[in-house]
Amino acid sequence: MRFEHKDILDIESLSVQDISMILDTAEGMKEISKRPVKKVPTLRGKTIVLFFQEPSTRTKSSFDIAAKRLSADSISLSKSSSSIVKGETLIDTARTLEAMNPDIIVLRHGCSGAPHLIAKRVKASVINAGDGIHAHPTQALLDLMSVKERKGKIEGLKVSIIGDISHSRVARSNIIGFTKMGATVTVSAPGTMIPRGIEELGCKVAPDIDSCIDDADVIMMLRIQKERQESILFPTEREYSNLFGLNSERLKKAKPDAIIMHPGPLNRGVEISNEVADGNNSVILDQVTNGVALRMALFYLVAGGSRNVDTI
Amino acid sequence: MLIRFKGARIVDPGNIDEEQDLLVKNGLVHALIDPAAEDPEPEVETIDVTGMVLVPGLIDLHVHLREPGHEYKETIETGLRAAAKGGFTGVCPMPNTHPVNDNAQITRFIVDRAKEIGLARVYPVGAISLGLKGSTISEYGDMKRAGMVAISDDGRPVENSQVLRRAMEYASGLGLPVISHSEDLSLAKDGAMNEGIVATRLGIKGIPNAAESIMVMRDIAIAELTGARLHIAHVSCEESVDAIRHAKERGVRVTCETAPHYFTLTDKAVADYDTNAKMNPPLRTEADRLAIIKGLADGTIDMIATDHAPHSKLEKEVEFDMALFGIVGLETSLPLSLKLVQDGVITMETLVEKMSRNPAEFLGMDNRLIPGNVADITVIDPDRCHVIDPATFVSKSRNTPFSGMEVKGDVFLTMVEGGIVFQRS
Repeated sequence: MRFEHKDILDIESLSVQDISMILDTAEGMKEISKRPVKKVPTLRGKTIVLFFQEPSTRTKSSFDIAAKRLSADSISLSKSSSSIVKGETLIDTARTLEAMNPDIIVLRHGCSGAPHLIAKRVKASVINAGDGIHAHPTQALLDLMSVKERKGKIEGLKVSIIGDISHSRVARSNIIGFTKMGATVTVSAPGTMIPRGIEELGCKVAPDIDSCIDDADVIMMLRIQKERQESILFPTEREYSNLFGLNSERLKKAKPDAIIMHPGPLNRGVEISNEVADGNNSVILDQVTNGVALRMALFYLVAGGSRNVDTI
Repeated sequence: MLIRFKGARIVDPGNIDEEQDLLVKNGLVHALIDPAAEDPEPEVETIDVTGMVLVPGLIDLHVHLREPGHEYKETIETGLRAAAKGGFTGVCPMPNTHPVNDNAQITRFIVDRAKEIGLARVYPVGAISLGLKGSTISEYGDMKRAGMVAISDDGRPVENSQVLRRAMEYASGLGLPVISHSEDLSLAKDGAMNEGIVATRLGIKGIPNAAESIMVMRDIAIAELTGARLHIAHVSCEESVDAIRHAKERGVRVTCETAPHYFTLTDKAVADYDTNAKMNPPLRTEADRLAIIKGLADGTIDMIATDHAPHSKLEKEVEFDMALFGIVGLETSLPLSLKLVQDGVITMETLVEKMSRNPAEFLGMDNRLIPGNVADITVIDPDRCHVIDPATFVSKSRNTPFSGMEVKGDVFLTMVEGGIVFQRS
């Protein structure tokens, strides 16, 4: 079985089989990062451009490490180092990059749909590393991987996502991804952070955090962006934390084996307390570790690799 | 020289709807005669329009011709060529040119340039406020003398209600109507498409219906207060139609227009981030589309205008959030609107009211096809089927969401003051 997609733009366009194949491949990749020599020659001679138009440390590093562990040559472009600041359009930048024959372009962009715009116009594979408030497919895939690793399955699980659903690409991709893989997703946030029609993505909306954590197998907390306060989404961080923050007191209502996730970076003391973030239920650092393996798997698959990774 | 249109059904609302031959002489409607009648003069040029529909020239109350200032998108000449090809004998260009049409010199430039070109009549709309900034009103009197027919800050609402009140009062005294782009900018802030499930799925910030309807209601309230003549531009949603219907029932002097895209498409057309489906107000839901059709059928919506808004590829082949709002419409309006007649929503006569008679009356013109009136005429071939192809547009811009759509019915001939400005070969 071969992986048929040229690009990874969102979770919607991946089938259940595609996602299973990606997760299985990523599982096989994990071992490479534990070797003393953390490098295999699989993608030697391949060029991967990391084109990040929005600031990012962890996602970019994760992609970069994934590329290097597979021996691909990766180069980084940021908004300030590209010609975007000189007024070049995204399509022109993509075409210019294309002329240098990269194999894969990883794009992070502030505008929803930006990766879709360039994917149609370049021969290289495009991997969406987060576009606007639309999608963050690699984050959702590594979250699926982390849950599967801890729980042994995804189907039948109850997943609660708490935070700014309106402005979260992570939430959108996870709602679609977990629902597609057979889990039940519930979201909760102040009314200002629940976008209209979100139920049509397949999730339920809970009015408060307490009513959606008591029976959850997975509790995913989203980062509250302080800069959003000016768009009148919540009165103060204090009030947000009181109503929607996850602390040890609140966690007592959850199932003892519930796992706590967060895409990072954390706002400790706002959406998540120190004790919960660092506690036994937290899989936050597993998510980061799995991120590298998952991105290695995607590079491998879009570059034309087959399912069998035993040979790596 | 006498021109005889032979064999058409003449549809002139309130005047005539039957098969007659129409004679044109010296730029004027000369007579309507029985199809079997002999030519009244020896020298006659006969145009066979058997099976077609002949109507008073279509008038588009809402276009952007982009000159002066944005000639790379459209010029008065290319815009008027598109108008003639689309069956329009008259168009009203909005004032958001560069510089803004907020003074008589710009108005005069547009009028003079249009006269030189001569393909269609141009009735400029002037700015309500200087620079479209919403604070100081323009010299409406001077601009009216130069040919301005109405005022609007189209593209931007007048946010300050007191400024709008004063503009309405002042314009009323000069007999000028006010055309309102009704939008609450704080509710629409950063939005790029209709708020709803499609926007949520695509991760695009939405513009709710209320951003439009709130300001429609405010504008109606100020029109009621001042007694001014108010026209609501590009109505897109159900709540606005309802508000206008109630206002009309109360006797407020309000009229309104919609555009073909609002009764043809929904926000689903944006799927895959098609920037050619991005306009303001945005494409709404199916419920809104049906409400627009109902408003057209029951007479709440008086006119169909295009909001012809040419943009170059530079402004459309970009990220969805960055793309400018607007689509071209002059060359697709009639075929898209004829679908309403084919579907039995409105009669041909009502369509002619909405695309010709009502805009003419709004502008204070008598465009009936009666002897002595100017011969501005559109001949419609109701049976011509074709696929909309932007490559065939004569407008400078190609930004349409209708590419590839099959339509039935098209313009056969457009005549302005007795001269043929477009004829399909």
